[in-house]
Amino acid sequence: MWNRFRNPYAGLPVLAIVLAVLPLAFSNPYHYDVAIHVLINAVVAVGLNLLIGYAGQISLGHAGFFGLGAYTTGILSGVYGWPPLLSVLAALVVVGVLAFAVARPILRLSGHYLAMATLGLGILISIVISTEGWLTGGPDGMIVPTISVFGWELFGETRWYWVMAVLLLVAVWLALNLIDSPVGRALRAVHGSEVAAQVAGVNTISYKVLIFVVSAVFAALMGTASAHYSGFITPDLAGFFHSIEFVTMVVLGGMASTYGALIGAVILTTLPQLLTGFDDLEMVIFGAILMAVMIFMPRGLVPTLTARLRKGS
Amino acid sequence: MLHALLKKIGLAAAVTGVAVAGMSNASAQQDPIRVGTFLAVTGPASFLGDPELKTLQHWVEKINNQGGVDGRQIELVHYDTAGNAGKARTFAKRLITSDQVDVIVGGTTTGTTMAVIPLVQRYEIPFISLAGGVPIIDPVKKWVFKTPHTDRMAARKILKDMQARGFDKIGLISGTGGFGKSGRKQTLSVVGDYDIEIVADETYGPNDTDMTAQLTNIANTDGVDAILNFGFGQGPAIVTRNYEQLGLKLPFYQSHGVASKKFIELAGEAANGVRLPAAALLVAEKLPDDDPQKPVVTAYKKEYESTYNESVSTFGGHAYDGLMIATQAIKRAGTTDKAAVRDAIEQTSGLMGTGGEFNMGPDDHLGLDLSAFRMLEIRDGEWELAE
Repeated sequence: MWNRFRNPYAGLPVLAIVLAVLPLAFSNPYHYDVAIHVLINAVVAVGLNLLIGYAGQISLGHAGFFGLGAYTTGILSGVYGWPPLLSVLAALVVVGVLAFAVARPILRLSGHYLAMATLGLGILISIVISTEGWLTGGPDGMIVPTISVFGWELFGETRWYWVMAVLLLVAVWLALNLIDSPVGRALRAVHGSEVAAQVAGVNTISYKVLIFVVSAVFAALMGTASAHYSGFITPDLAGFFHSIEFVTMVVLGGMASTYGALIGAVILTTLPQLLTGFDDLEMVIFGAILMAVMIFMPRGLVPTLTARLRKGS
Repeated sequence: MLHALLKKIGLAAAVTGVAVAGMSNASAQQDPIRVGTFLAVTGPASFLGDPELKTLQHWVEKINNQGGVDGRQIELVHYDTAGNAGKARTFAKRLITSDQVDVIVGGTTTGTTMAVIPLVQRYEIPFISLAGGVPIIDPVKKWVFKTPHTDRMAARKILKDMQARGFDKIGLISGTGGFGKSGRKQTLSVVGDYDIEIVADETYGPNDTDMTAQLTNIANTDGVDAILNFGFGQGPAIVTRNYEQLGLKLPFYQSHGVASKKFIELAGEAANGVRLPAAALLVAEKLPDDDPQKPVVTAYKKEYESTYNESVSTFGGHAYDGLMIATQAIKRAGTTDKAAVRDAIEQTSGLMGTGGEFNMGPDDHLGLDLSAFRMLEIRDGEWELAE
């Protein structure tokens, strides 16, 4: 009986119910808009958490994949007139192939060097997007057409909310599945000690590459969704600060916790909206909250809280 | 563990609940006129957004102290975008659907403005942008207006001055940042109208610290009569210094991108002799007394400088113009009905702002002509009228 609840999948139906009930609390499109941004960030954070939390590899360039996905579908559908679904698919392939190509050389590095390499990759992508103005519209951004499937146009906050909610459920399910598989166990071994994992016969390189590509494709998928949802993209999407935001979500929510990454995304997306009333103090309060969490809960919000609750119960 | 799980979910629900509660509307009052704005008050474009916000806050207060518009007070709702297009979009949605503003005056940069245009068009709400880009109003969009001159107008003003001085072959050097790039594009697109040929076309990156190579290339091109630099930030100041170091004697033009005291500080002695187009605000006191724009710009300058104790910039002036256009349109319409206000904004005519005289129409949602720009020359570290 008890074991049933130890099953991480138990959170999935609860998440589904929360997502289904949440719109009852929304009274206007702005609320939906914030929720959609939460969902976008949540999927990216869940994907990034696989890499950071489970495989123990840092990436400071995930916004690069996010932006590359957004721009690939934007350019293919906007400039070359591809059907959006096809251009989204193409974007995922482009990002997947790029991530695969760079993963081997990059993941040979570790620690600061790995951070630097991913940082460089992200910045490169964002520079290319800003400078190739004839294709990308340059720093002022470009317009992206809406998605329509068999005459049904995916437009407006409500429709997008449900699409994003389903994407999140699928992403969480995939992530839990992956963690619970032999791959996940191998990854945790890599995280613990790469040498020991190798000695035990784990092909560490190929597992790391796999998880790098998976998390990059998660980011790219949400990049494409966000591009078609907002209808307008700028190079900020691929920028360094955006990458840092994603990493912060994972670390704040709690590394190696899928639901932690989710909570991290919720907090980091809604908090700035809540704090706008404080004007100049906004950044100070925001920073203080982040610092307090990291000082008092260095393992992140969710792992620390669950550990405390477990001890208490 | 069940307990823990439930707690976990409870936490999630609590966080979301708090979030939603905090975002709920302020009660919809019928009385005040709600003016929404989203500006880049922090971040790389803060030197634009900061004076814009200060201007809006001060003049809204002033209008309210004088009894408001048609007896109704103005309420300013502001959000800081930090120049991020995604944030601008969310805040615009918040202004429209949650704060339910009557009109939006804001959008510091072209990127943030372009990002919200689909929204204001869909929700049909009058929007006066404070950004420079041509694509904002060309093609004309029903609900979108703007107050700053475009870089195309700046290019025309410069080329006209060159033509008047008999130059027909010029060298162009431009920054690769957004401003320089757009300026270069607009210059190339209108240069044919002035019988001027661009014989050299060089660029520099936003972080370059030496442009002598590009300038030497231009100077060595046959028949160059003058050099034009389209750029923004520290780049143009470096170009100007390099220009002097090379001992070049060709007439030197800069764009309106350098129309701030900072440029003269950075370029120092080398700035003397540089010509540039700029708004009348920069030379407010030096305008002839019969200049119709003089009263507006001197009054704005005096009031801004005495209130905030810092020198006036043209960017704050754009916000002033936007607020005046919006409030006068509401006054003329006698209502805050969005369609009526939009029509009234479009009918703006003879409104003298800090940027020039606004005469809008169905085909022109900017309403300024080239007379809005003054050709200035820097002499002894001061702006002087060149015309």
